[in-house]
Amino acid sequence: MKILVPVKRVIDYSVKPRVKSDNSGVELSNVKMSINPFDEIAVEEAVRLKEAGKAEEVVVVSIGIDKAQESLRTALAMGADRAILIQAGESVNDDIEPLSVAKLLAKVVAEESPELVLLGKQAIDNDLNATGQMLAALLGWPQATYASKIALQEGSIEVTREVDEGMQTVKANLPAVVSVDLRLNEPRYVKLPNIMKAKKKPLDTKTPDDYGIDINPRLSVVSVTEPPARKAGIKVESVSELLDKLKNEAGVL
Amino acid sequence: MTVLLVADISGGELNEDSTAKALTAATQLGDVHAVCATTDAQAAAETMASLQGVDKVFSVSGEQYQHALAEPMADLIVSMASDYDHILFASTTSGKNIAPRVAALLDVMVLTDVMEVKGSDEFVRPIYAGNAIQTVKSSDAKKVMTIRTANFDAAEAVNSASIETREPLDSKMPTQWVSNEIQESDRPDLTSAKIVVSGGRGVGSEENFEMIINLADKLEGAVGASRAAVDAGYAPNDWQVGQTGKIVAPDLYIAIGISGAIQHLAGMKDAKIIAAINKDEDAPIFQVADYGLVADLFEALPEIDKSLS
Repeated sequence: MKILVPVKRVIDYSVKPRVKSDNSGVELSNVKMSINPFDEIAVEEAVRLKEAGKAEEVVVVSIGIDKAQESLRTALAMGADRAILIQAGESVNDDIEPLSVAKLLAKVVAEESPELVLLGKQAIDNDLNATGQMLAALLGWPQATYASKIALQEGSIEVTREVDEGMQTVKANLPAVVSVDLRLNEPRYVKLPNIMKAKKKPLDTKTPDDYGIDINPRLSVVSVTEPPARKAGIKVESVSELLDKLKNEAGVL
Repeated sequence: MTVLLVADISGGELNEDSTAKALTAATQLGDVHAVCATTDAQAAAETMASLQGVDKVFSVSGEQYQHALAEPMADLIVSMASDYDHILFASTTSGKNIAPRVAALLDVMVLTDVMEVKGSDEFVRPIYAGNAIQTVKSSDAKKVMTIRTANFDAAEAVNSASIETREPLDSKMPTQWVSNEIQESDRPDLTSAKIVVSGGRGVGSEENFEMIINLADKLEGAVGASRAAVDAGYAPNDWQVGQTGKIVAPDLYIAIGISGAIQHLAGMKDAKIIAAINKDEDAPIFQVADYGLVADLFEALPEIDKSLS
């Protein structure tokens, strides 16, 4: 089977985002960018399925500016076979909305005919948690979100989902869209020879126009601000002082 | 215009707290109709009808809605959508599973984790794990959104709205439910508890985590955990508080042996009072704690236990 893995290039998870002084967004110039951590887990899972002989080909796709190539090369170095970059947006600040991304991905799916789309449950920039569900809707495919365990079966995939109440296991008919959560796996470290090899793997470049998709946003950003700061309180000296403050000052015990 | 609120239901019962909070957001947008869909929706619909601000409740009973799977749920909501400008869900894993599917079928964007309603088309939501707050205006004809429950008070149960029974749809079921692994407990629900006692990596082991559980039980609170504690196997994943776990806003949050990583703070900084016990006086948790105690938790916890007895 063929697996399609969409990946997004986002601000590195270890960087603390800074709000721009004009409140138009978050500062992204000269900031370390990486593959969205949840998407990295999706790539790892797809590559493991290939290594286990359960998948023949892993295709990665990214929608974004030219530099999104870096994320695709990372995925190729991890073991994906080839990549597609859909160049959309001029500036690193152009965030393509999940609805547009899902429409583009639906076209890629129509061309590539994968049996499984594996992707991160959300991107850590806009935290929308929407692309997988939207893609499944547009394709009329089943969806299984927040996967912490997957098992491919004949014609179906069994997915254990992390839900508020605990774990839920469902079985989805293939083809399906599965969005992955943190505990599915730990992505490998990419070794230098694999980075060199990845440079020779095929990477196709396309544009939204090639697919006839309008990517104009439906949402406009009015402002982006710092969250209200929570100010540090006081240090107490002892357990009895802590309990006294909680009881008599805060009134919460 | 009227708002359609999709009730959050699990195991046939209304998740009253999260739904009542989403309802409060819905009442800021107009009259509210709620839909309850599960195997036998009557009981959930009756609870829903008792919440202040609901004008009408649709009760839809069908096996296909038993586990709130996204495919049949989205079909149902889309079939009702023409009468509404706003379709709201609570920001639970269930709401966030279904809402984007509904939005895509209606060819509109989805807004998840809405924390403030500024107007009929302007909403506030956190981005970058709560490190920035974004205000957005939607140009879509219909707004599909999930409501971040920590930012809204629960509507009270003082109402008696009318209940209308609707026929279920004959949906395709491309996904089948297999099993649930759910921790049964008498403790209050983590997202609605007045007091949450959480342990982090500093707790050191699953056995030591019993100390956190004992304190929570003594205070009649819920038990939480940091991602580090969950990853280390000290606590189950559904106890995780943080950006990728649960968002909580209790009256009192007690963080024990938790350093206070950004992703953890994103899940609990809306608590009214935060108390922290950590032996590292430079731990970031002290920058948000109202009351910080620099102490070894293995000495402090037995002392608290003794004082409370």
